[in-house]
Amino acid sequence: MDIKKELPEIFEEFNEARRNGFIAAKKFKESNRPMIGTFCTFMPQELPLAMGAATVSLCATSDETIGEAEKELPRNLCPLIKSSYGFGKTDKCPYFFFSDMVIGETTCDGKRKMFELMGEYKPVHVMQLPNDPTTDVSLEMWKNEIIKLKDIFEKEFEVKISDDSVKEAIVLKNRERKALKRFYGLGKLNPPVITGTDILKVLYGSTFKFDKEDTIEDVNNLTDKIINEYESGKVLDKKPRILITGCPIGGVTEKVVKAIEDNGAIVVFYENCMGAKALDELVDESIDDVYEAMAKKYLNIGCSCMSPNPQRFGMLDSAIDEYEVDAVVDVILQACHTYAIETVSVKKFVNGIKNKPYIAIETDYSTADIGQLNTRLAAFIEML
Amino acid sequence: MYTIGIDSGSTTTKGILLKDYKIVKKIIVPTGANPKRAIKSVYESLIDKNHIYTITTGYGRNLLVEKDKAITEITCHGKGVSFLEGDIRVVIDIGGQDSKVIILDEKNNISDFLMNDKCAAGTGRFMEVIMRILHQDLDDLDEFVKGIKPVKISSMCAVFAESEVISLLADDIPGNEIAKGVINSICERTAIFARRLPLENKVFLSGGLSKSIEIRETLEKHLGLKIVTHELAQYAGAIGAAVIGMNKKMI
Repeated sequence: MDIKKELPEIFEEFNEARRNGFIAAKKFKESNRPMIGTFCTFMPQELPLAMGAATVSLCATSDETIGEAEKELPRNLCPLIKSSYGFGKTDKCPYFFFSDMVIGETTCDGKRKMFELMGEYKPVHVMQLPNDPTTDVSLEMWKNEIIKLKDIFEKEFEVKISDDSVKEAIVLKNRERKALKRFYGLGKLNPPVITGTDILKVLYGSTFKFDKEDTIEDVNNLTDKIINEYESGKVLDKKPRILITGCPIGGVTEKVVKAIEDNGAIVVFYENCMGAKALDELVDESIDDVYEAMAKKYLNIGCSCMSPNPQRFGMLDSAIDEYEVDAVVDVILQACHTYAIETVSVKKFVNGIKNKPYIAIETDYSTADIGQLNTRLAAFIEML
Repeated sequence: MYTIGIDSGSTTTKGILLKDYKIVKKIIVPTGANPKRAIKSVYESLIDKNHIYTITTGYGRNLLVEKDKAITEITCHGKGVSFLEGDIRVVIDIGGQDSKVIILDEKNNISDFLMNDKCAAGTGRFMEVIMRILHQDLDDLDEFVKGIKPVKISSMCAVFAESEVISLLADDIPGNEIAKGVINSICERTAIFARRLPLENKVFLSGGLSKSIEIRETLEKHLGLKIVTHELAQYAGAIGAAVIGMNKKMI
């Protein structure tokens, strides 16, 4: 039976996916399949998929457990690292609890050293991520790291991961990416049809669904529904169009999106980990060596931990044009040195080359700066 | 045609009544612990039966029920300064709770800005706290430090600087040398912060501390740029709000 649902209801369902997801996670585990926890997008999700496992993003976006983390970690550390560590330590994250193994990547000094400590109470494997995405040596290294991860999975979970099963996983994961890309591509419509808040609900919520076919179907149905409404003339008011870039957004940092949309603008594109950064490029299905294909895609994620980081600027360049962006907001989590330093180049690029206003906002996981965020972003929007 | 602009700041609430782009009335009251009451009292003392439009700004901008519109202090400051003084491209505002740098384009529109709202050491609050410890009135600042050599304040944080000041007093360092040292520290901090944006020509200084010649001269030295201000600089936000209201109504 097809139950007709209104759009806000569907957005809420995605929004609640994280909260309800632990039941899905529990069910998934009861079917005797492994669950792999991650904090980042560099680990190729195709590998767990190929052995019938699920990948889940572990809790890292609330200040709830920061106090606990600060018993051991320094206070002036990135809130994402403290939050991740605190959730693991306190077992308050059901996904952490259900994860058979946590995969980390050496994306920054803070995480690298935090994973060492986390390894004392959870099976953690850290992938050594190279920093220069442009060299053959880096590609070779990353490919080897992915193969090493496969070996670890095979040994740990007593399975065999064949190239064919990886190939299948690549195709499936690509289909999911295409569905999500088609969805966030709705942000191109001008006048807009969907708020940035709702885009984020869907992107974030979709990471807590464990059956890829379901996710693909749900997201495609939602996109179709929105396009139908658009074609029947249902649009939102025209407002200044904002592109958000920078550190991961989600959970408490949605306060930035809220401050933008409460003050008269609309977010049309996320160049963040939860958004296009990790979804935009597919794994090349025509490359025979599946490990090479995955290494290429994942090394191309435009994270500020890369130096140089041409991918980020390439994506900003095309997204600013394609999404008819009026201004760029760069979100920096406190003490995230690489993103903080990269604001200089991003500002230069956005102001100088793209001729668009730019603002960098530094924030953390507290709600103490909501007043200041509102003033800053309202002033920025008034400027447009 | 009358408009009202009210700037509800963290320390003081300022109000301006504008008649056809002429300031006909101005008022300043301490914000105190009840910003809502302060903004209301300013509004009531300005309200004129002919008034047609009220714009509020500042941290408490949403507290006045009778307002027609609330606009951020960044935009209002920019507008207010260009109303007071022509040909200004850079505005530095050292407020009670934050400091900001605003860059204006040729049409007096804001093209970029920076806000420091994370650290009290570069704000008027720091000066206020130190003067209180020294049992001096903030209004007498210039007289208090005139011709005095500054003592070096090395703390990067207002809270730690406060303890540093207390130790300096314990070392029998005269209060006026300490106050001068604090002026130096605030201005140095502000100059470093402002240099993140392209600065040119002369700089307009607003906010409560702009009244002080010592502050202006010290900042000038650190910036290497000419600093100008206006006797109504403290009202810049409120003036800007009233001017924006007037622009809206005159079209």
